[in-house]
Order: sequence, then C-alpha cells, then structure tokens
Amino acid sequence: MATVLVLVPTADGAPDKVALQTLTLGAQLAAGGDVHALVLSDDAVAAGLGAWGATSVHVAKHPALDTPAPDAAARVLGDLADSLGAAFVVGPGTEEGNTILARTAARVGLPFAANCVAVTPGSPVTVTRSRWGGSLLEEAAIHADRAVLTLAAHVIEAVQTGGSAPVEAFTPRLDDADLAVRVVGRVPAPAGGVSLSDARVVVSGGRGAGSAEGFAPIVELASLLGAAVGCSRAVTIAGWRPHTEQVGQTGTKIAPELYVAAGISGATQHLAGAKGAKRILAINKDPEAPIMTAADYAVIGDMAEVVPAISAEIRRRRGA
Amino acid sequence: MATFPSSAKVVIIGAGIVGNSIAYHLANLGWKDIVQIDKGPLPNPGGSTGHASNFIYLVDHNKEMAELTLESARQYREWDVYTMCGGLEVARTETRLEELRRKVDSAKNWGIDAYMVTPAEIRGLVPFINEEILVGGFYTPETGVCDSLRFGTLCREKAEEMGALQSFANTEVTAMGVEDGRIRSVTTTRGTIGAEYVVIACGVWAPLLAEMAGAYIPLTPVVHQMADYGPVPLFEKSSKAIEYPIVRDMDVLMYERQDGIGFEVGSYAHRSILHDPETIPSIEEAKLSPTEMPFTQDDFDPQLEDALELFPEILGDEKVGQKYAINGLISLTPDGMPVLGETPEVKGLWSACAVWVKEGPAVGKSIAEWMTHGQPEIDCNQSDIARFHAHQKTRQHTKARASEAFPKTYGIVHPSEQYLSDRPIRKTPMYDWQKAHGAEFFEVAGWERAQWYGANAPLVEKYGIGTRPNEWDARWWSPIINAEHLAMRESAGIFDLSSFVIFDVLGAGALDTVQQVCVRQMDVAVGRVVYTPVLSATGGFKSDLTVMRLGRDHFRVVTGAAHGMADMKWFADNGAPNTSVVDLTTAYTTIGVWGPNARRIVQKLTRADVSNEAFKFGTCKTIEIGSQLALASRISYVGDLGWELYVAMEQGQRLWDELWAAGQEFGLTACGIAVYVGTGRLEKGFRAYGTELDNDYNPVEADMLTPRLKAQDFIGRAALEKALGEERAAVCCTLTVDDHTSPRTGEKRYPLGRQPIVTPDGAPITDSKGRQSYANSAGMGPSLGKYLILSYLPPQHAVEGTKLAVRYFGDLYPVTVARVGSKPLFDPENDRVRGTEPAAAG
Amino acid sequence: MRVLVCVKRVPAVAGRLTLTEDERALDTKYVGFQVGPHEECAVEEAVRLVEAHGGEAVVLTLGPAEAVEQLREAMAIGAARAIHLVTGGEEWDAESTAGAITDAIREDEAANGAFDVILVGNEAADSGGYQVGVRIGRALGRPVVTGIKGLSVADGTARCEQEAGGGRDVYEVRTPAVVAVLEGINLPRYPSVPGRIRAKSKPVATSSPSRPAQRLEMRRLVVPVTEAKQAQVLGRGAEAAPAVVELLASVGVL
Repeated sequence: MATVLVLVPTADGAPDKVALQTLTLGAQLAAGGDVHALVLSDDAVAAGLGAWGATSVHVAKHPALDTPAPDAAARVLGDLADSLGAAFVVGPGTEEGNTILARTAARVGLPFAANCVAVTPGSPVTVTRSRWGGSLLEEAAIHADRAVLTLAAHVIEAVQTGGSAPVEAFTPRLDDADLAVRVVGRVPAPAGGVSLSDARVVVSGGRGAGSAEGFAPIVELASLLGAAVGCSRAVTIAGWRPHTEQVGQTGTKIAPELYVAAGISGATQHLAGAKGAKRILAINKDPEAPIMTAADYAVIGDMAEVVPAISAEIRRRRGA
Repeated sequence: MATFPSSAKVVIIGAGIVGNSIAYHLANLGWKDIVQIDKGPLPNPGGSTGHASNFIYLVDHNKEMAELTLESARQYREWDVYTMCGGLEVARTETRLEELRRKVDSAKNWGIDAYMVTPAEIRGLVPFINEEILVGGFYTPETGVCDSLRFGTLCREKAEEMGALQSFANTEVTAMGVEDGRIRSVTTTRGTIGAEYVVIACGVWAPLLAEMAGAYIPLTPVVHQMADYGPVPLFEKSSKAIEYPIVRDMDVLMYERQDGIGFEVGSYAHRSILHDPETIPSIEEAKLSPTEMPFTQDDFDPQLEDALELFPEILGDEKVGQKYAINGLISLTPDGMPVLGETPEVKGLWSACAVWVKEGPAVGKSIAEWMTHGQPEIDCNQSDIARFHAHQKTRQHTKARASEAFPKTYGIVHPSEQYLSDRPIRKTPMYDWQKAHGAEFFEVAGWERAQWYGANAPLVEKYGIGTRPNEWDARWWSPIINAEHLAMRESAGIFDLSSFVIFDVLGAGALDTVQQVCVRQMDVAVGRVVYTPVLSATGGFKSDLTVMRLGRDHFRVVTGAAHGMADMKWFADNGAPNTSVVDLTTAYTTIGVWGPNARRIVQKLTRADVSNEAFKFGTCKTIEIGSQLALASRISYVGDLGWELYVAMEQGQRLWDELWAAGQEFGLTACGIAVYVGTGRLEKGFRAYGTELDNDYNPVEADMLTPRLKAQDFIGRAALEKALGEERAAVCCTLTVDDHTSPRTGEKRYPLGRQPIVTPDGAPITDSKGRQSYANSAGMGPSLGKYLILSYLPPQHAVEGTKLAVRYFGDLYPVTVARVGSKPLFDPENDRVRGTEPAAAG
Repeated sequence: MRVLVCVKRVPAVAGRLTLTEDERALDTKYVGFQVGPHEECAVEEAVRLVEAHGGEAVVLTLGPAEAVEQLREAMAIGAARAIHLVTGGEEWDAESTAGAITDAIREDEAANGAFDVILVGNEAADSGGYQVGVRIGRALGRPVVTGIKGLSVADGTARCEQEAGGGRDVYEVRTPAVVAVLEGINLPRYPSVPGRIRAKSKPVATSSPSRPAQRLEMRRLVVPVTEAKQAQVLGRGAEAAPAVVELLASVGVL
C-alpha cells in the first residue's frame, strides 16, 4: 500500500487523456492505498475523476492557475505531496506534465523519471523509461524516498473503476517567485487548417515529394478528406514545409484514425511520432522501405502518380 | 515482383554500375536466363556506385586502366548519360607541373586529347579559381561526368527488353553452393537458385561472398571523404548541372566540381581509414546508405583550408554551407588494380570487383566477352584475379597495401616505385647473403629480389659508368646495374631467380595440354627446353614462357612471378583429360650463371660434361654439382652462355656458396634482377610479357615466329594464321636514342619507358589498327653504349635508319630505328649464347 | 547580450538501433554523432540573438572528449568560445548533468558576467529527461520556460512562444532566464568553410567534473520488440486508387 498523488491537467473542461491513463497507473501503484488527484482550478473536471480511480480529488483554486503557470503548479503539487506524505508523485508524459513534474522534483532536489512505460514499487522503485521516442527503453532505479515520474502517453489504457471520490478545494500558498513564469497572452490559431495532433486523418509527404511543389497533391488530398497535412523531418530540413507539420520524435506526435504516409521511408524518429495512429497507409516506390513494416496497408508506386489518382477517384465518387 | 526462380544460367550478385553493365553486355552477347540480385533496393542499392562522384578523368599512366576508362566513357556517351565538361589537373608546385607534363605523355600514348595550360588559361576555364597560387595545369577537354545510376537502369531495362534478365532487389545472399570445385547454386533470403555461373559484382562486400564459396577476392573498403557545399550564387545562374570543368588540385590530393547549385569537394588527403567488409552496416543500421559512413570532420578540416585557398570566391562565402558530407566507402586492392575474372578456386565463380564508375561499363563488357569467348577485347591481364599469390589473398596484406596506396591516389608515383609495407613476405634462400652484400631489394609477388648489389659499387668506377643527373630518371636506379651487366659480359654473373613460378604438367594428357596452350612444337625429345609464346583465342599474347620436357608425360613450365599464377590457371583451364597441373614454385630455387666464364665455373663443380657438344643449348638434364643434384637448363634471357640451375629451396644457399667460391678466380659477379629483366634482355632485343607482349599484339608483330607453324592445333592458331596472311600493321623494333639533352633544361634525360614515339616534328604515329606507337621498354644497353627503346612501328616507319623522336616530359629527343624485328643489336648471331664464340679470357 | 547554449553529443541514429554488449549504450560503430535537433536549433537561436543584439554566444557541453566535435560545429555556426565538461564517456543522469553545468555557469559568470539567456534543448534526443534546463534555472534562481518555438529578447524581457491547441501561448520572463527550445523555432544554417576554419582556433575551456552517485540510475537499455506488420498491398501505381478509396470509406474517414 502506498499513497499516490496524480497530477491531472485539464483543457477546455476535460481531463487530459494521458492523465486518465496516469490515474490507472496511480491505482496500480497505490495497491489499495490512497490515490489523490490534483486538479488546477477546474472544478467541473474534478467531480468525474473518482470514476477513473482517484480516491480523493484536490482542486487548487488560485487566479494564477487559470492560465498555465508551471512553477506555480509545481509548487502546489510538491506542497500537497508533502502534506499527504505521497510515495509517488506522477503525471502525464506530455509537454505540460513533464515540465511541471520536472519542476516539482527540482524544487526539493528529487530525481525525476520522465515518460515511464512501467513502474515497479520497491526499494528502490524501478522504472522502464521511453527513450528516442519509444524506440529504445531504459530500465532505471529511482534512489529517493519519493518517486517523481511521468507516464508515457498511450502505453496503458485508462480503466474506468466506476468509483467516486470526495472533492476538496483549497487555496494554495503561492509567492511572486512562483508566478514569474506564466502565460501572459495568446497568439490564436490561424483560421482553417486542422490541428495535426488532434486530426482524425493525417496525410503526410516525405522526401519522395521531391520539392515544395511536389506537395500540391498531398495538400489537395488532405483538403478533400478534411485531414491535416503532415511531413517528415527531411522535408522541413529542406525547407519545403513548415516545422509545424512535422510528424515525429521532434515534431508532432499524432494519433489519427488513419495516417497516410506518402513518399516517406520511415526513419525511426518519424515512426516514433506516428505510433499513435490506428491505421497506417503507406504509399512508396520501394516495397521494402522501413515504413512497410509499420504500415497496415500499402500502395507500391510513385506518390506523384498515386496521390492525385486517389483524389480523382474521391471526386469521381462524390460527383456520382 | 516475379517469383524467384529456382535456377538460372548466370546469377549476378550486385546491382551497382558493374553488375548492371555485366547484365546488359551478357544479354547483348546472346546470353539468356540471367538473374541479378542485390541486397539493397533499386535503383540505388546502397553500394559505392550510389555515392560516387561520377566524374571520368580519361588519362591514366597505366594502359589497361586507360583503355577501360576510354571504353567506359564511350559507352556513357553513346547512351547520352555523359556531360562533357572538361577536366583540369592543376599544379601548385614545379614538381607537380613536371608530373602533369608526364601525364600529357601518357595521354598521347593512348591517343587522348590533352594539353598543358597556363594559370591564366585555367582562370579562363574556371572563372572562380584562384590561379595566383598555381603554376600551371593539364587539361583534357573530353573529361566529363556520367550518370551511373541512370546508366545502370538503362542496362537493366535493355537486358529485360531482350528477355534475358530478371532483377531482384532486397535479396541477400546467405550461402553459396559449391560441388567438385564448381559453383552450383546461390542461397538467398528469397530462396536457393541453381546457377552455372555466378558473378560477384558487389564491391566492398565481395570478400564475404567469395569466402562463402571458398574463394578469395582480396579488397578492402577504404574511406574517401566528400562533402557538398552550397548554395553557390554563381551556379544558380548555370543553365546546366555541370558547366565548369572539374578541377583536381593534385598537390593537395583533392578534387572540386560543380554539382548543380552545390560545390562538391572530395579528398584523398586524409589518413587511410580502412574498414572490414564484416563491419559495414546493414541497410537497416545505416543512416544514409551502408557505404556512406558517418563523416569524420576532423580528418577533413585540414583539407578544407587547401580547398578554400583555391576557391575563395565559393568556399569563402559565409552563406555557402556544408550541406552533406560522408565517409564514402570504396574498394582498394593489394596492387591497386581491379579484381576481374574467374576465381582460381571455384570454377564458374567470377569476380568483377574493385571497379570504379570510370571503368564500370568497360569492365561489364570485358567480363561478358571473357565469359563468352574466353578473352576480353581489352587486355585485362593486370586485373586478372588469377594473378594473386597466396599472401596477397590475406586481409592483412590487402589492408597494409591499401593503407599505403591510398594517399598516393593523386600522388606522383614513379613507374618503379616500391611498396614498403608488409615486407618482407617471401625471402629467397640467398636473402641474408644478398643483404650482407648490400642488395637493394625490389618486391615482386611478395619476393624480395636483389635489384642490384651495393657491394658492386667499385665496379662503377672500373667500368666508368656515368650517373643520371635528373632525380626522376635516377630514382629506383643505380649505375651499379650497368656495371654488373658489363662484369657479366666480361666474365660471368650469378643471378637469384627464385621468384620464378614453376609448375609441372603431368599425366597422359600432358602433351596434349602443352601442345594446345603453347605455340611452339612441344612434342620434342625429353630433355629439350622450349621458349614459346602462349596466345589467347584472338591471337594476342597471353604469356611467354619456357617449357622443359622431363618425361613422356611430364613437362615443367617456368614463367615470371608477376603473372605466373594466371599462367598456371590458363594451363589448368585448358588441360586435356588426364592432366594434372602441380605448383612447384616454392619447391625449387633457381640460380642462373651466365657469361663467357660460366662453363668454367660450373665445370669446376661437376663431374658431368658441360661442353658445348655434351650439353647443347636448349636442353636440360639433372647433373651432380657440388654437394647436390641440380636440374640444369641451358637457356638464357640475358644473351650469354650459361645455365639455370634448379635445386630444392632449402639447398639454394649451399649451391650459391659453392658457385660463388668456384667463381672467385674468374671474377664471378653477383648480378641483380635489373640486369636480368632490363639491360641484359634489352640489348638482346628480347621481348617481355607486360611491356612488348600483351593481347593487343601478336607474334607476327612481335617478330617471334619460326618460319613454319607446327602441325598441331593450339589456342590462337586461327587468328595467328590470319595474321600471317596479312601485312603486319606494326613490328617491334629496337630504337636508339641519339641525343639525351633536354631542349628545355639542357639536362641529360633518360626516358624510362611508356612514352610516345612520334615523328621528328612531334606528330603521333598510328598504325592501321589504330594503335599508337610508344616506348614499350626503354633502358641502357651497356655493352652497346647506347640507350635502347623497344617499340612497335608501322611499316612506313619500321625502316632501319629512320629518324623519329621520343616524347619525354613534353620534350622531344631524337631516336633512330636501329633494328626492325627481333634480331638483336648485341651479338646478332647469338654466338655467345651458343658458346660458339671463343670464350673471353678469365 | 551574453547567451549560453548547452548541447549534448548524441548518436545520429536513423535505422535499426543496436546496443553495446553491456546493454548500457547504443552501439555507435555505424553511426556518427551530432547534437540533437532541438539543440541544433538552440545553437542557431543563440547565434541569431547575438547577431541581432551583439555580445557573445558561448556553447557548453558535458560529454566525452570527442564531444569537442559538437562544440566546434557550434563555433563554426558562430559561437565565440566553448566550455567542455569532459566525462569519461559514461552517461550522466539529468540531475548530475544539471549540477555540473550549474557549477560551470557560476564559475564562468563570476569571471565574465551573467548570461542574459541560457538556451537548452527541450529534452535530450537520446535520454529524453525533460529537466536539465529546469534544474539549472532552479539552481540559479532564474525563470525557466520550456517547449519554446518562438523567442525574442528586448529590454530585459524574453518573450517566449509555446504551441498550444493550434495557437501559441506567450510567456514573458525577466532575463536572465533559461529557455528550453524545440526544433522548428528556426531553420538552422549549415556551417560555412570560413566558419569551420575560424572554429578551429576558438578557445575551448575544459574541466573534468566528477560524477556523483546517480539517483536516477540507468541499469540497462532494451530495444523493444516491435512486431513487423505485413502491410496489405492495395495495388500498384495509380490503379490502386479505387481500392484506397474503398479503404477510406470503410474506415469512415471519407
């Protein structure tokens, strides 16, 4: 039995998906002990977390927490862990989760293990961490009284326990120093276009496009499907497409229903960003390209011929 | 993709420039049922072709390489995958400028358009070069850049159109099936395929494939660094991908060329970086391709400064960045030549490896012809895989020599330059004695051979031998050579000829075999020694060698070290049934004793009668000599009375000591190999394989035939009969140099061979078959007091007394045709050899 | 402006990953080394800041002796000098790494004044710890912003942009500050030849910090077994289009 504290970030009135997976991990680690969830500001979300394994939910209420303020969040998390005597402080392995948990650990000089895929309680606690975007795993021991870690996205399924948990709101103590880093403004999303990380369909092009102009058929097919346009790192390095469209370890990690990868050979770092895709359709001249071992469906051929033909076929059907 | 066949006539392993070319040329010669496989994808499977810089510099000092390159360029041009942009080799130093003059000589040997250019002319050709640091250059307008991947694809397509070829990418060889010394099958990741012929054309991986079959392809992967810089503003205005000539900055061992809007810089200046074929990454492991290894910037940085100095306008531009840089793997061999032909270990298993893009298409054609007719049109003897001796097949030796040769890729390499690494490998029994007598050792086929003896230095003064004032002419040379020669002619010389390749042809089929292989009549009395040409089917020279008949079914062949292993394979390949070919090279050492006193010396040691009557020229017998029994053979390659004495290797030193002691009263002199292969044979007009004798010339032209051909058939007979019926297009002549004074520097110069023979006004001499005349061999005839050149001349010039010229480092030196044909200038009636001349005083 | 950029030498992997025999590192005999993509952009950003504002960009690494290659690369781009914390080649956990770097920064700043901006990659390409920048900032008492794809510095304030929900969140922090950047913040330049040559004579200060006990102790690495899928081939070339559209329809994305 152990006391576990889970950070549950929220967005647009809903809990982070990975955070729910983290609650499931939290319940496993607690092994019958308490699973505390910490929510920043958002009461609406707090009430539902019992159904995902939390045994009690803490809502930190402070105006500074209404917008991202990672140092403040880290302090709240750390202070709560202290007061609960938590053996595990865990969060989702997202940009937000990683930066907050890292700060929590740094505040009090604890080690921090990011993007774990498995955690084994014990003395010491041992973890398996994701490296190189999941292409490599590290087995490590955390030598500390408290294990601070994040759970890599989508490595376990969030399990609904159907339980309920009391919600307790509190006002955390925050100093100016905790608020030195916080969002002060926002640049809105450009109109139109589909967000790569949330898209149901992503159509990507790689080196096989040959040039910036070679992307026209990709953009056309994406717009016919209401899909987001993606690309490989080779393409952004060449300057053919903006980095915001890059799928991969150092670009965007996607999780669409269908990922269409045209003219992409499938380097490790690219596949690391496409792991979340439910299905992959590869269009490639080389039937032995690495992408083929990751794809569910394949068309063997030059993307410059295949992609326009698909668009034409869609139009023909819709016209009919 | 088609299903993988279970059998094929030929399996070609490799889809780089070589494998593709072979596929096409085999199909073109009518072969069907060819299957090509490669472990990588098409069209670029990831071998050395994929990262090649693809430029074709036409000029090479080596005839075989020059011919392969010229033929390849012809094929690239024919298929329109060649951009002729011109090629410059620039000199920063006077030494290099001199080497470039020599390069023009070589260009003229092979009929290639090339000329020297001034720094201002260089700037005119390459407007972004810093000509101020240059002293001149060498320009070949027909140099260009090919598209080797496109050429390869065209090859496959054409072969497929002919219904002859199926290609399978991503198919890796896992095993080779060999039965009874013959290749039978290849096992791949797609299954096993039976095959009559298998051609290994997979470059840096080839040693592993050969080993699977129990054969050896000695080559090693070596790093060649190259990097691409761009974008270059000047090139953005170019209408073509390559508008400006390629530049080789020879003094710093680098090249630079335009590549679209980029500027490619390649280097041979870095340390030798060798890999093992086993450690080349797999396609899955490699970041770029398996042969594009991670760039090691530290090795390249020093060269960058040199490149910057020559191209400040391009590489000094802060906006021009290093976009791509690799340690590209290429293949190097123990002697710098390709590895071509059927492996001596496994019948039907062929190698076409260590070939660069500039030779690829010609090698493809040559291998196809070789497989079809038994002989390629271009003589590939120096590339023949059968040339290797055992030690040359080892990884250690290959690496040592490749390591040593790599920095010389753009180096100034003297024609007699010696390798220094991995020596000594083979020591003759007399090695220590020779060392004690100041021997200067040259290496051939691993043997340490005394080229001359420092102990003979006093003879230089005795005979008043002059020195050579020019360092190049005097390099790897000594006036002692001429002195040893004269001492031999005056009294006698003793030679260590242990490096001979010796093999026996035995069995009921032995006579048929030697008759079939050799031009001369072999059905001679036991105890006869016959010197004979060996021809290819096309009537050109395959070798020249001596054969001793030791019994009814027993012939002993003695041939040179450099090409002897290939000769042995030739006899074995053409062996009649019931014939064995047995290598005895290391069983016997050969000691030669020649000179007017040779008989007196030998007679002192033997009870046998060695008089002219009892031991005739051209015969051999076993005699008791000193402490041992020796097979004595009375022939001579130096044109004097004497014997070759064959005894067991381990007894060689003892015999040498006894001969040496017996010879003291006669003034016996130890003579180096330079006398044997150089001065001695030259003044006798004896032709040598590899210089006068190659597949481009026949015995009629070499003037080596007796009036009548034997009745029996032999390889090359039909071609030879045809040649006999025609007027010969050229004949091998002996020329003398009339004046050694350089018109440019006033220095006395001594051409070392392989220079153009031209008319007195410098015009090239070309025979009716399109062959240019050049000095096949050149050197001193000390007894004649003349400097001699052997050269093939067409009939209008092959007239004794005709005045011509030899071109040497760009200057012309007058020569006179002294002898047409094989009759020697020295001792023209061969009285000395026959022992018919009264012997000189002791 | 004084800018410090921290980089890490990592294997330039692309294909299949293989491990050394002790399973504690990647087998790098087939691969080169480079700085990770985030850090490559961090170097470019540092150089741009100095180009815009004047001052000095300094590059720092903690790594084996060979990591000087990566320092030279950064100096070829425009960093003026380098600080090399030389290790024996063994991996350091993020906490120890940050500790050694913090000490080095303190020492350098004592002599040369504070860095206005300390740039790091958001996470190391190989170990993916997500914390070195955070720990340095915490130790130095400076604000840290992470996940940054847009940066401008003026009047003692760093304006940092982070992608969020299709748009961008904007942070403003007082300098001196630590900024952890992501690839995409810029398109890094290629080093020029003069840059390379200049880099050779730029100073590299070396020291050898000792490696403390590892509290996040790596015990071994494992290459996960992923089952290679056998893709269903829908067809070849343009003729496959109808089959593809069938698939789109069946998946419900048409």
